[in-house]
Amino acid sequence: MSADTIALKGTELSGKAGTDVEAARPGKRGRRLRIFARYILLTVLAVIVLFPIYITIVNSLLLPSQIASKSPTFFPSSPQWHTYADAWSDGHLGRYLLNSAIVTVFVTVGQLAIATCAGYAFAFLRFPLKRTLFVLFLTTLMIPFEITIITNLSTVNTIGWYDSFQGLIVPLLATGALGFGAFLMRQAFLQVPKDLQDAAKLDGYGHLRFMTRVAVPLVRPTMAALAVFSFLAAWNQYLWPLLVTKDDRLRTVQIGLKQLRATNLDQVNVTFAGTVIAFIPLVILLLIFQKQLVRGLTAGAVKG
Amino acid sequence: MSTPVDAAVDLRAGEPAAAAPPSRRRRFSSGVREAGLAYVLLVPAFLVFSVFVFYPFLRNFYLGFFSTPPFPGQPKHYVGIDQYRDVLSSTDFLDSLKVTITFAIITVPIGIALGILLAVLAHQKLQGIGIYRTFFSSTVATSVAVASVIFGTLLSPQVGLLQGIQTEPSILQNPDPIININLPVIRSFIPSVALVAVAVTTIWQNLGLSFILMSAGLQAVPDDLQEAAEIDGAGPWSRFWHVTLPLLSPTIFFAFVVGSIFAFQTFGQIDLLTPRGGPLKTTNVLTYYIYDQLQFAKNDGVAAVLAIALFGVTLILTLIQFRFLERRVSYER
Amino acid sequence: MFSDRSWPVRLGGRGPREGGPILTADRTGRASEESVGRVAIRGVTKRFADVTAVDDLTLEVADEEFLVLLGPSGCGKSTALRMIAGLEEPTAGSIEIGERPVNDVEAKDRDVAMVFQSYALYPHMTVRRNIEFPLKSRRVPADERNRLVEEATKMLGLEALLERKPAQLSGGQRQRVALARAIVRRPQAFLMDEPLSNLDAKLRVQTRAELIELRRRLGATIVYVTHDQVEAMTMGDRIAVLDQGVLQQVDVPQDVYARPANLFVARFIGNPPMNTVDGEMVSSNGTTGVQIRGGVIPLPPPLATAAGRGDRREVVLGVRPEHLVLGSEGPISATVSVVESLGHEQHVICRLEDGQLVIVRQPSSVTPPAIESAVRMTADAPHLHLFDSATEERVDA
Repeated sequence: MSADTIALKGTELSGKAGTDVEAARPGKRGRRLRIFARYILLTVLAVIVLFPIYITIVNSLLLPSQIASKSPTFFPSSPQWHTYADAWSDGHLGRYLLNSAIVTVFVTVGQLAIATCAGYAFAFLRFPLKRTLFVLFLTTLMIPFEITIITNLSTVNTIGWYDSFQGLIVPLLATGALGFGAFLMRQAFLQVPKDLQDAAKLDGYGHLRFMTRVAVPLVRPTMAALAVFSFLAAWNQYLWPLLVTKDDRLRTVQIGLKQLRATNLDQVNVTFAGTVIAFIPLVILLLIFQKQLVRGLTAGAVKG
Repeated sequence: MSTPVDAAVDLRAGEPAAAAPPSRRRRFSSGVREAGLAYVLLVPAFLVFSVFVFYPFLRNFYLGFFSTPPFPGQPKHYVGIDQYRDVLSSTDFLDSLKVTITFAIITVPIGIALGILLAVLAHQKLQGIGIYRTFFSSTVATSVAVASVIFGTLLSPQVGLLQGIQTEPSILQNPDPIININLPVIRSFIPSVALVAVAVTTIWQNLGLSFILMSAGLQAVPDDLQEAAEIDGAGPWSRFWHVTLPLLSPTIFFAFVVGSIFAFQTFGQIDLLTPRGGPLKTTNVLTYYIYDQLQFAKNDGVAAVLAIALFGVTLILTLIQFRFLERRVSYER
Repeated sequence: MFSDRSWPVRLGGRGPREGGPILTADRTGRASEESVGRVAIRGVTKRFADVTAVDDLTLEVADEEFLVLLGPSGCGKSTALRMIAGLEEPTAGSIEIGERPVNDVEAKDRDVAMVFQSYALYPHMTVRRNIEFPLKSRRVPADERNRLVEEATKMLGLEALLERKPAQLSGGQRQRVALARAIVRRPQAFLMDEPLSNLDAKLRVQTRAELIELRRRLGATIVYVTHDQVEAMTMGDRIAVLDQGVLQQVDVPQDVYARPANLFVARFIGNPPMNTVDGEMVSSNGTTGVQIRGGVIPLPPPLATAAGRGDRREVVLGVRPEHLVLGSEGPISATVSVVESLGHEQHVICRLEDGQLVIVRQPSSVTPPAIESAVRMTADAPHLHLFDSATEERVDA
């Protein structure tokens, strides 16, 4: 061959799972093998990821003795369904879930409303100090909630909101999700086509009507995304509920699980059952709202 | 931005002036109305922020000047800038800082890498890939307590999965560094076994989030670029390295910044898995240290100083990331 | 078995391809000179779920030929191109590049280059690195690589842009980078997927000319996909017209224009499109003609005989706008509906008695008839096309 000939690599088989373009096809059989290999890899990883959950469910149905025994059981032969009832009633899980739900819903709705109003103001209105105020909003993202708890605790005490729903909910409105939400809603409102604004103007709409009848319905997807984001953040709150509540009456499920574990040291299966119960509502919600979830979590990351 | 929608200005040219709505005389000028509305809309947010974010933030500085004696019931007294100096130079603080940083160093990059791995694998056009995507994102539904209780129990010596393999002390009680390196600076950053266990729990819990984030970023990589690379002769690994990864870099950067901020704010897992700062305080991250001072030592002043330190460290870290990492991000525009 | 000529086999003044490297991973080691750049598609079908994108397509592109795949969107032309590239796998049929079947060969080993409609430039790489990429992927040694990159750059006039990123380039510039990237490794065949469709009209004309020039210098085999018949007519050696996955006709441009194989091709090629009117065969006094609303058009004898064969009554008559003449006499009567003046010519759109519209082209030197006036039309006999109503196939003399 002349020196000009460029040598080509032969048809290579790469063992690594490829990206989304279908790769090597060295014969139909080789191809089937490669696809099979990819499924195996995916399944192995899925098993690893889901294993803790699986084990938890299994363990919730075993006897404590089975759990404590040196040889692990992977499938319950005589499932102890009563653990769930125990976790629910004795473990007050019903109460904890309710509390979590109340707090989370209020915080989510509250943050959604406040962020939407703020976002609208920043997107459509002109007013002095607009830029300064916007920067101030952004700085709240940098101030982690953890460093505000010291004063917030004493504030809440002073107002007399310690160990109350208000005390739980209102300060949580200020978590990072609010600043992020205002930013997000502003972005969303900015996408509303100018033509619509002009048309509304010609129709004589005031801001209030424009906001409620035109703008807000248009940004509903973003609001849904923000709602999911807020919801997750609020549901996962641990430190604040821990500090601001003192007994079972108001405990959220996060703290409640800690309590459950403490009172069931010898009934580990009940603890596991409680964990499963705490896990299920979120799973259901997230299965339903998968699309919004993805949008909510990725709102800042991907350039549109 | 737009001029006020309700401005009483007649937009139709040529209309006689008499047709201008009389409302113009009744209301304030449109500019004032607009600003008024804006402020009204912003009041709730501003109120919430002022009371629960700005005020507490600033008050921390004030509180830091006061020290509470360890005896119950005694009021705090003014100590001045000394408290800042003492706390920030104390070994407890520095240890806590190291633990926090180590924790972040472990959890953030690994979390992102695993997220990328799963996202790339789940991005293939295979039959039924949707199920795997659901599986991989499922940990998003595990909250702090769920993940911690699961792992905590699984790792406990009495009932966990590892009995028979495990000997005392249990993993979560094990203060030993995971590897023994005797280099001076590095040694203090080697995590203990317990910290690694907490890190694993955190990584697992965040896997769903990381997967979703990276998957979304992957969607932004156009298919035809992959195809062009394939025709150009790039194998799967080369395509990943030269095409996928650079185009994923904005998402990765975002994940790093946000991820580190969250890593520094980790609290729940620590409390649930290794109470009171863990074995020999090897899991005493800054947030826990603050909580500890607040709840048990009842020392507002010290907690305030620590809180300010936490803020400072987070801010510096974010700035560093922007300065150094963002340069390597390849934006399309 | 090796042919007694070693390849690369480009000899004689054939442009930069002469002496240029020819890439091959041929297992059998065989390549004859004439077939190096040949692409053959045999009986290829592609089905996606319940949609058949390409239906039993057989086509052969000779070495150094410029073949255009033409058709409306969704006709399967892009899918066919992607199958040649190796980005899609045929449900049935085989594809050959050069002399070897490539069904089981990966895209990267097929020795083809593709220019995408969106150009698919790597946005994070400079122009230079974009062009280099195919060579780097194949581990071409640095000096060889630089030489090839330099040649491609020069050929497309990109010297000044080498250090820029795609986002900083105009559409036309990006397209040239995409071309440079394709040329740089001297593949056996170039595949182009509507490369001009993202350019504005003026740039398109200019780039078309440049492409033709480039092709001449490269002596390359090109398979070119487009929905624009002007591109097809001006650039292609042959045009393959596709509709809904089925090959309608493959011929040199003049024949596709002058002898369309069926109604689809007849209506697709030509701007303004061919007039097609439903009619019936009639005979009287030994002359055969087509009865349409407004008159009977006599058929010239060869066509009349062919039409008579096969016993058909209902036909579709086709005649291009430039082959109709308006006047006071003629077999067809119509009313003038609209006159479109384009500067150099005018289109007189007339309505037949049953409402069907017929377009007539006239040079602007002729005074157009008044709107709503009655006119008579004569069709230029040698340029009549007849199509069977049922099969839509051409009736040939």
